[in-house]
Amino acid sequence: MRHCTIAILVGLGLWAGNAHAQQPPQVRPGSKAFTESGILGEMLTLLARIAGANATHRASLSGTQIAWGALVKGEIDCYVDYTGTIRKEMLPGRDLPTEDALRNALAEQGIRMSRPLGFANTYAIGMKKDKADRLGIRKVSDLKKHPELKFGFTAEFLDRADGWPGLRAHYQLPQTSARGMEHALAYESLETGSIDATDLYSTDAKIRTHDLQVLTDDLHYFPNYDAVLLYRADLEQRAPQVVTALRQLEGRISERDMVELNSRVELDKAPEVQAAADFLRKLGLLRPEDQMYVRIEGPAARLWRLTEQHLFLSAVSLLAAIVVALPLGILSAYRPAVGQVILGTAGVLQTIPSIALLVFMIPFLGIGPAPAIAALFLYSILPIVRNTHAGLTDIPLPLRESAEALGLPGFARLWRIELPMAARTILAGIKTAAVINVGTATLGGFIGAGGYGELIFTGLYKDDKALILQGAIPTALLALLVQGVFELAERWLVPLGLRLKPAA
Amino acid sequence: MLELTGVCKTYRGQAALQPTDLTVLAGKTTVLLGPSGCGKSTLLRVMIGLVRPDRGAVSFRDTPVTPENARELRQRMGYVVQDGGLFPHLTAEGNVTLMARWLGWEQTRIKARLSELTELTQFPADGLARYPVQLSGGQKQRVSLMRALLLDPDLILLDEPLGALDPLIRSDLQADLRRIFRALGKTVVLVTHDLGEAGYLGDRLVLLRAGRIVQQGTLTDLVQQPAEPFVTQFINAQRGPAL
Repeated sequence: MRHCTIAILVGLGLWAGNAHAQQPPQVRPGSKAFTESGILGEMLTLLARIAGANATHRASLSGTQIAWGALVKGEIDCYVDYTGTIRKEMLPGRDLPTEDALRNALAEQGIRMSRPLGFANTYAIGMKKDKADRLGIRKVSDLKKHPELKFGFTAEFLDRADGWPGLRAHYQLPQTSARGMEHALAYESLETGSIDATDLYSTDAKIRTHDLQVLTDDLHYFPNYDAVLLYRADLEQRAPQVVTALRQLEGRISERDMVELNSRVELDKAPEVQAAADFLRKLGLLRPEDQMYVRIEGPAARLWRLTEQHLFLSAVSLLAAIVVALPLGILSAYRPAVGQVILGTAGVLQTIPSIALLVFMIPFLGIGPAPAIAALFLYSILPIVRNTHAGLTDIPLPLRESAEALGLPGFARLWRIELPMAARTILAGIKTAAVINVGTATLGGFIGAGGYGELIFTGLYKDDKALILQGAIPTALLALLVQGVFELAERWLVPLGLRLKPAA
Repeated sequence: MLELTGVCKTYRGQAALQPTDLTVLAGKTTVLLGPSGCGKSTLLRVMIGLVRPDRGAVSFRDTPVTPENARELRQRMGYVVQDGGLFPHLTAEGNVTLMARWLGWEQTRIKARLSELTELTQFPADGLARYPVQLSGGQKQRVSLMRALLLDPDLILLDEPLGALDPLIRSDLQADLRRIFRALGKTVVLVTHDLGEAGYLGDRLVLLRAGRIVQQGTLTDLVQQPAEPFVTQFINAQRGPAL
């Protein structure tokens, strides 16, 4: 009998162990919000899948600090960045001249670095070729002679340690002001002449199409920006085969390859997955039987997924806000002193710019839906608290006294008399919050929370207006729909007696 | 029925009610009378506990009214305000039967009580399903009175119940109120600034001025033995120059 039990237990243990072993490892490659990073992120995702992992790509992380933070905290497992960026932005103030020094410094944070992938994507300064020719500008130091030139830089370049402030000091450039703008807009501004120079990546596909002159970095300001794969050390234990697969890219992508890939996506509008898959196929890393891992999302499927995500962000944050703000509104109405504090605080929250609020949330809540929901929740508080407060305090004194004089206890007065009478105003507050929420939820695209904002932000960095509209139009329609739903809900929730017109 | 001793109330440094003693006799209609701002409404709201006096005591049927028992005691009082104080989200019936439903009365008992009240106040049965916005001023006051009478209270308090009505409807309702009060034999306290109404409905008049009781008594007492010149002045002002 005992033997039998032990056999069963051992069997169960083996079975459980097996089940565990068969579970494919979860790998989350990341990428920053620009085309090249997106393509490389797709390559990592495909390679991880081919190596047997269950891989999901967390794309469009806006900015180095967000991507780096996500990697260190384990919200993503790997992504591609550049040695210059790592030295200046991730490990600033440390002298790490050699690749080994850099590798050791990263290891202290639990991050591993591959050998260079082959291409470098240096920062460069570019101008329209005809204008550069006219002014005789070839090198960055030539800019000194033309203090009237107007600069427009990406926000990241504007305040990066290896960006504009350092460049200006290094070359002693006379230009004092530079405007911050989206990369895609900078090209247009160059065309219209509203700026004369901008920051470029040397693998940028648009250098050719916009006929730009890349200025030589004659005083060697910009460091080397070799593309390298960064991954978490724990990935080596968790999924060694995935690490091996990813490192197959070492030394395999030339600068020409990268420019080509970028132009396929930016100019020919090929999906990033497609460009990534074709390239891997060329390298022999994607065999015909691996084609099943190449999942190109159709427009309908994408719209559906984004709609679900968008509704999820808006609905969860709104529900949470109702649960919290309604009691706060009631409290404010009953305790005016406390109410002043509550309404004041909610008002201040409302004035924080939404992007700033989102970014503040990241250290606490990471990337993805959580910080977006938290930010939307905070924005929804004010309209609901304020309208609940207004709805309750607007009830005429004789009516409140009549309810009290009947001998109803406080809770019954609130539930049966005051809340129904304030229903219309409260509902209007919830409606305002909901509509604002649907619009503001687009910012979720900024921190990898999905939703229609994903299309808007992708469209912005790809300079693809059609894509922006594909995000903006559904957002507007959804907002209208939400408004309509609330107007219908009013018929159910606002008592008939409050909706009737007085008899003549 | 109701005993007030030394109650006073100050709003923002302004004395609304000076220390006042008053006894409301059971089965009689007491009218609180006086010009606007004399404290008559404050006095009424002290009686039902909507206003807590700064000092002094109120006792209802020999029980001191405290914040703890006020709510329970209010269920034995009925309260009617100027515009009826009907809850706009409830029908006339909903307003009248609110407390019965809250107290968990059975449907049959509620229906029976409702038909007694509509008969008593001569309220049209088809008006019960209407909402306050669909009712006339006089109908609203009848609904309000039914609501106040629902639990068969010991004491009915009315704050200018007819103040906002047209003269014709007003005189109709005055007659109905007198009939109802007589029929029920209830203790009633009514606030008005109208001397005619006070004389017509009240057994006992209490004239106030600037938060102080000037004189108590019947209309005849006030006319024939005015306690101070203000009493005569108030009466003459209401009679008008023609009389």
